[in-house]
Amino acid sequence: MPLPAPQANVRVVTLKIDGLDLSAREDETLIEVCRENKIPIPSLCWMEGLSIVGACRLCMVEVSGSNRLVAACSTRVAEGMEVQTNTEQLQRYRRTLVELLFAERNHVCSVCVSNGHCELQWLAQTCGVDHVRMPYRNAGYEVDSSHEMFRVDHNRCVLCTRCVRVCDEIEGAHTWDVMGRGSDCKVITDLARPWGDSSTCTSCGKCVQVCPTGALVKQGTSVGEMVKDQQFLPILARRRHLR
Amino acid sequence: MNLDDLDDLADKYRQEAADAEVEVRVCMAASCQSSGAQPVYDALTAAGEATADAPGRKCRIKGVGCMGLCSAGPLVAVAGPEDGLNESVIYRDVTPDDAGEILTSAVDPKASPVARLHCPSDLPFFARQQRVVLEHSGIIDPNSFRGYVVVGGYSAMVRALTEMTPTDVIAEITTSGLRGRGGGGYPTGLKWSTVAKTPAEQKYVICNADEGDPGAFMDRAILESDPHRVLEGMAIAAYAIGANKGFVYVRAEYPLAVERLKTAIRKAKRSGFLGNHICDTEFNFDIEIRLGAGAFVCGEETALMASIEGGRGQPRPRPPYPAESGLWGHPTLINNVETFANIAPIIREGGDWFAAMGTERSKGTKVFALAGTIVNTGLIEVPMGTTLRDIIEVIGGGIPGGKAFKAVQTGGPSGGCVPEAHLDVAVDYDSLKTLGTMMGSGGMIVMDETASMVDVARYFMEFCMSESCGKCVPCRTGTWQMHSLLDRIARSRASRSDLTLLEELCEVVQATSLCGLGQTAPNPVLSTLRYFRDEYEQKLTTPSGH
Amino acid sequence: MNTPATASMSHPAAGTGAEPASESAAESAQAPTSGSPPRKVTIATAWLDGCSGCHMSFLDMDERLIALADCIDMVYSPLVDSKTLPDQVDVGILEGSISNEEDLHKAREFRQRCTLLVSLGDCAVNGNVPAMRNPFKLDAVIERAYRDNVEVNPQIPTEGVPRLLPVVQPIHGVVKVDIFVPGCPPRADAIHYVLSELIAGRTPDPSQVTRFGA
Repeated sequence: MPLPAPQANVRVVTLKIDGLDLSAREDETLIEVCRENKIPIPSLCWMEGLSIVGACRLCMVEVSGSNRLVAACSTRVAEGMEVQTNTEQLQRYRRTLVELLFAERNHVCSVCVSNGHCELQWLAQTCGVDHVRMPYRNAGYEVDSSHEMFRVDHNRCVLCTRCVRVCDEIEGAHTWDVMGRGSDCKVITDLARPWGDSSTCTSCGKCVQVCPTGALVKQGTSVGEMVKDQQFLPILARRRHLR
Repeated sequence: MNLDDLDDLADKYRQEAADAEVEVRVCMAASCQSSGAQPVYDALTAAGEATADAPGRKCRIKGVGCMGLCSAGPLVAVAGPEDGLNESVIYRDVTPDDAGEILTSAVDPKASPVARLHCPSDLPFFARQQRVVLEHSGIIDPNSFRGYVVVGGYSAMVRALTEMTPTDVIAEITTSGLRGRGGGGYPTGLKWSTVAKTPAEQKYVICNADEGDPGAFMDRAILESDPHRVLEGMAIAAYAIGANKGFVYVRAEYPLAVERLKTAIRKAKRSGFLGNHICDTEFNFDIEIRLGAGAFVCGEETALMASIEGGRGQPRPRPPYPAESGLWGHPTLINNVETFANIAPIIREGGDWFAAMGTERSKGTKVFALAGTIVNTGLIEVPMGTTLRDIIEVIGGGIPGGKAFKAVQTGGPSGGCVPEAHLDVAVDYDSLKTLGTMMGSGGMIVMDETASMVDVARYFMEFCMSESCGKCVPCRTGTWQMHSLLDRIARSRASRSDLTLLEELCEVVQATSLCGLGQTAPNPVLSTLRYFRDEYEQKLTTPSGH
Repeated sequence: MNTPATASMSHPAAGTGAEPASESAAESAQAPTSGSPPRKVTIATAWLDGCSGCHMSFLDMDERLIALADCIDMVYSPLVDSKTLPDQVDVGILEGSISNEEDLHKAREFRQRCTLLVSLGDCAVNGNVPAMRNPFKLDAVIERAYRDNVEVNPQIPTEGVPRLLPVVQPIHGVVKVDIFVPGCPPRADAIHYVLSELIAGRTPDPSQVTRFGA
């Protein structure tokens, strides 16, 4: 869904979220109103400034009068709408979705460069996921370190496609895209060529910044890469000595 | 051109073809072709040429569309030029060697049919059907524009264009009570009027021919047997909603259907029934074919549109619905092949005529594809409200080999299984929903007592898993997990807690998936659990240490 | 320090309840506080395929251990001398994942004998680092570890070591687990919180105090 164009004359509506009476512009989505009002709704694919894909399904909410749950990111507000964002059922669904994400790839928080600032890790904690009930898929994924500045580790990718969208919509390069389908889906650079060989990548690093997990990172941030270069010392010392 | 002109044209074509007194019709649809219809056709043609000057009735060998009884193919029918299927002499399991015999019998008005091959056309399979969508299927040559006009083709379109306003057309469709035949059962008239009322310079009509359910081949047969009918329905729709451009999204796995559609479009354009100023009116409408690469999810309307636009075939959140913002952001009407195939008769005979068929909330007829362990495999069309028992035991001829019936799967991977106890239910959109399954596009897979329902659920879950586009989390990863749980159960490696987890995943995937594929993917599991839970329970292991 | 559990302790059949931590288990852990003289909660711990970091973190409770010692009785653990697991224990704590047959045996033994089973640390909870071999075939992993990277006299150990399982699993992959304490390692505060809650007869919610990776 393309970003809604700002409208000249928008009405303001009132609605009720979790019992709170709120007002919103009618071109706003539920998640925007919730964010404004500090109502926590988890999400992975939604990001302010990017187009809406409704892929992670974590922001599902209950709307009175609707027999299906709706995604808060792709649902516009409406006058008189009554929304519940945190029912026991929604909590259970979110926990299951987070578990499904953990079981899908190989998220090993303890050895991840994003440990401590990862949205998936944070989601697990806030949704109360203290273990994953389903078996892990245990599928191996490769790591592409061919780019001189960045690295992609598909083991940690949640396919939120933020990288794809920021590259296309903000940077305008469209280096990233998705290939395959179902569990075989993978984000790729150019036509599944190594990132380092990409002719379209501008090395702007926007994809790395928006990545919610440790899938896209700057080179040199992992423990193993912490190589120290101490050759400067004898050179400088000798020069100083000669002087 | 008005209706009288069209009648004259039809008469002209009829007279030009009047030299033949009897027709030998060979089914040239995909199923009969796969059992060797082409050599039969060739042999009959050769035999016909050899005996062209022989005494007796003048005979024409004609390739036609599907006659329905696919399991008995290749099928050949001998009939008078104006005769329908029920008036024909039908031959089954025909081989090229039978050509001479069939022809000898055909040209001699006093000869009796070739008994060895004869398949009585008063069999319940033929007699119990009511053919509306398939009225010309197996009778006309799908590659012949003239043949379609002779049987009254395009008269509905000409009538709509010359005698009706778009509002009249939509009113007629609304009166008919026609509901979308692709599975959802959305009222067609309502859909049309929504698109018609959305103001826009540019609108589109799309025919969804991305039939992908395992065991379903209704749309393929319609396209292969009577392609003009679909084009006519689309043109009437375009006129009603104010579109000037249409697409047929058909899967590339249907090469024969694509070929015949292409021919039909070409011939309709050449004759002025498509293109600019159709039939000398102000109405312009052009149709293009778009080939799908075989992704099941592209049957979902938003994914289908993304694919036509040249993007990755994956769904997007709705609303906005296509009626508001569809192809390239323009209001778009998407209907299924069978829905469009119903339009011409509704305009021709009137909405009330159509509404007289079927049940309270599901009008008209429905085409079903019978597959699985059933005597008469093939394509049938019955009024809505026919019982499953009639369809399976009477029309379908029951289960072969003296085995007992166990369940029938309807609605493909989105549907469910109906057990013996519910066979007397009258089939319509709502009754099937109550049973935990759905009408779907019309595939029916019949299973006998030897079928394992866990295996059935696993099969459909594997289908959904590999056809998931991968966009949303519950469908992408949930179907994988559910499949692996079903696999463990099927191999007797699962514990009770695995079954509990499976049921919970069904609930989550159903409630949270982005599109219909994921939302309905758990249905085969839920329905087999509902009716055959013991089969799951029997396969559970006593958990050790759990 | 090896006091057998008193007969008054209830021992529901292990692993029958579907709840994460059955009420009866929490109650039975509470039992000692209500009697006089107070009966200590018996605790057994074991170190499966892990790095022992979780046990180190346990020791990091430092001076709080002294207070805890009034309420708990470590009946079996790498941290104490006793080398036999008593028949009945209140709380079993497992560190590490199930990677070989010995781990499997021990997990099952703990499940049988412990009223309440706790998965301590990421390896126990989700496989963590030991499970990183799962995408590979076991033979390939062994070849890599004992032949490809060994220059002097490479050989695959077979005697006196338990056979490796083809897939590394978290504890709850093989037996029912009641409490999950993620973290690599869970901080001493988290362990202290969990133990204090258990001693008080409550069901702890560890996600308040710890997380995957921690």
